[in-house]
Amino acid sequence: MEELIASVVRGLGIGSTYALIAVGFVIVYRATDVVNFAHPALMILGAYYTSWFTFTVGLPFVLAVPAAMVSVAVLAALCERIAMRPMVGEPPFAAAMVTVGVFFVLFVLAFRLIGTTVITMGDPWGLERVTVLGVRLFQVDLAKTVIALVAIGAVAAFLKRSRIGLAMRATALDQEVAMAQGVKVGRVFGLSWAIAGATAGLAGMLIGTAAGGVEPVTALVALKALPVIILGGLDSVEGTVPAGIAIGIAESLTRTYQPAYAPWLGANVDVVVPYLIMILVLMVRPYGIFGTRQVQRI
Amino acid sequence: MLAVENLEVVYEGVILVLKGVSLKVGEGQIVALLGANGAGKTTVLRAITGLLDVHRGEITQGTVTLDGAPIHHLDASATVAAGIGQVMEGRRVFAEFTVEENLRVGGHTVDRGRVAAGLERVYGLFPVLAERRGQVAGYLSGGEQQMLAIGRALMASPRYLLLDEPSLGLAPRMLGQIRELLVEINAQGTSVLLVEQNANMALSIAEHGYVLETGKVVMDGPAEALRGDKDVREFYLGLREEGAVDFRQVKHYRRRKRWLS
Repeated sequence: MEELIASVVRGLGIGSTYALIAVGFVIVYRATDVVNFAHPALMILGAYYTSWFTFTVGLPFVLAVPAAMVSVAVLAALCERIAMRPMVGEPPFAAAMVTVGVFFVLFVLAFRLIGTTVITMGDPWGLERVTVLGVRLFQVDLAKTVIALVAIGAVAAFLKRSRIGLAMRATALDQEVAMAQGVKVGRVFGLSWAIAGATAGLAGMLIGTAAGGVEPVTALVALKALPVIILGGLDSVEGTVPAGIAIGIAESLTRTYQPAYAPWLGANVDVVVPYLIMILVLMVRPYGIFGTRQVQRI
Repeated sequence: MLAVENLEVVYEGVILVLKGVSLKVGEGQIVALLGANGAGKTTVLRAITGLLDVHRGEITQGTVTLDGAPIHHLDASATVAAGIGQVMEGRRVFAEFTVEENLRVGGHTVDRGRVAAGLERVYGLFPVLAERRGQVAGYLSGGEQQMLAIGRALMASPRYLLLDEPSLGLAPRMLGQIRELLVEINAQGTSVLLVEQNANMALSIAEHGYVLETGKVVMDGPAEALRGDKDVREFYLGLREEGAVDFRQVKHYRRRKRWLS
């Protein structure tokens, strides 16, 4: 029983982190219709900046994290301004290819900055455990869950309630009409990249926290956000939470129980599980479980 | 006064759509701009509101001025701030937003207090929108969507409201309602430029009218005069002198198909 609870909580932790990564994809997709393949690199740079601000600059962890988020947000907004703005009005597929280019530029940058070492975040929880209701849990799982969910909640509330959030959603639906209402569409694009960058930075810190640490190839973890987006719907910020948690828990349970119950599957099956779920969802509900079906009058 | 002078617009660098169009909308007026498909009516509106570059169009000559200040080089959000509102062709409401969210986007450029006042004004003008404020806009009827599009444009309290074919695809009864609302909006102090194919409706409320054909103004005058004009009656109002034609005698190639100007 204790094993089950512990793996569910671990699933919550990684699942919420996946959800936070997915939110970044969703925000850029909703504003610009482009799947941002540069996102994984932004995430790694977030981890790098957190580490850099903690160890090199010497900021306390609670200040290093927002500082890293701001740095990545600025970097993301710069990428948008330089590489993506000229692509406005071009087909989304072409723009998505440009993001692949941006990914490699940033990825090389990350390699330069990080090198071949594994960096750590200097987080306060490390491998500490805490006992909740008689079950010993890793603090890091609880921290990941709380931080990621609070961040997602803040982004969702911003999009839902604020005037700029509304303008962002309007731009996503119909750019020309949004312009005719006085929305500065270029600014909306920049802002959506900046917000996505900030969430990517935070997620990078969460990925690198505790035992793991981060090296440049950890960027591949961000691809786990793709099953989350497919499950939650590419245009739904709220949908990322249940989808992320479902995928995180599925992955975590597989890791715990598969070696005992299905050893013939071999090692590291848990890594494949998110993608299996993605394929199943695509077959049943292509717009995702929480994605918008198109509103249509008949 | 909103004045367009000698406007020339080219799309994609080669397609000359407007060939020197001039028109004026005076303070407090309703002005009708009539014309068939492809005459360039929508392009005139895009040139005024700074939406040409989205369509790869460009003003190559002429000016658009608002009270004497040139506005044709401003981008869309600056023209909204300058006091020009636009209802686009085909309604174009945000289908997945609620009615109220649609209106709030319309009030993007104005401050918080004026958004509340604007909502109140719009709900006063269109009680049906107040009833449906929480509903998804995509499920409204065509007429209600048109009202929503007009209400959205009014949220920025524009001094000049440009409407692109508000009668498009509406039932006759709905059309009558929209017509009365435009008169009401005008009476509240907003000048209106009404772009229409439905000349009957437009000329019945306008003070002045312009007829646009293939990028040129071929006729302009007081609405009264246009309504009485033989060519306008024939081409736009579908009226011919009663009994004047024996349909057996009609030779189609003889029928005038364009303006002789």
